[in-house]
Amino acid sequence: MKKSYSLVIGSITGFINGIFGSGGGILAVPMLHKAGFEERKCHASSIAITLPLSLVSAFFYSAKGSIDWKTALPLIIPGLIGTLFGVFFLKKIPNTLLKRIFGIILIISSIRMLML
Amino acid sequence: MNTVFSCIAAFLTGIAASMGLGGGMILIVFLTVFCGISQIEAQGINLVFFIPIALSSLIFHSKNKLIEWRDIIPSIVTGSIGAILGTYAAEHIGSPVLGKLFAGFLLIVGIKELFSKREKDIK
Repeated sequence: MKKSYSLVIGSITGFINGIFGSGGGILAVPMLHKAGFEERKCHASSIAITLPLSLVSAFFYSAKGSIDWKTALPLIIPGLIGTLFGVFFLKKIPNTLLKRIFGIILIISSIRMLML
Repeated sequence: MNTVFSCIAAFLTGIAASMGLGGGMILIVFLTVFCGISQIEAQGINLVFFIPIALSSLIFHSKNKLIEWRDIIPSIVTGSIGAILGTYAAEHIGSPVLGKLFAGFLLIVGIKELFSKREKDIK
């Protein structure tokens, strides 16, 4: 991958992950794919990019008092159990099926939020 | 907030997040729509939640040699600057408008994922 392209991926991913507190990874995946990364490597590398970016954003959110630690911390244990499942499934489930399922969930969620 | 529902939501988020499918977006929807938490607070919670999840899945992915570290270091450098700018933009916009922008972003990503072409692995 060209260094300049890598810099562009980072800028877009970082800004979106900062403004929406999420979603950087989902943008990074297709961009990494365009750079010739195999699908599973795209997903894994997107996490490697978004982790440090999330650390940076979380620091600034925290500094501004925008983090409710009491709500956030108890979610981590069930989240980690889900991660174990995710890591297992990433090797087993066809990528296209994953995308379709996730796309439907996102569309339903967005309509719900736009109607609120 | 209902503990059982929270645990289920966190579990599902963990699965999606570890796959790089942007599971955090689902957690934010859960926190804002079902728990009545403001958009910015929900985003802050998701960022904290994502850190240990990402760390643990990275260990597995790294062992499976799925990460091209050399290629992505420049992304992390510019991404950190972008993350700071994005965080300030979020604070400036405020939760009500940010929530609608976020929903629009979800819709675009959702449609793109749903209608994405079947892709064969390149490498």
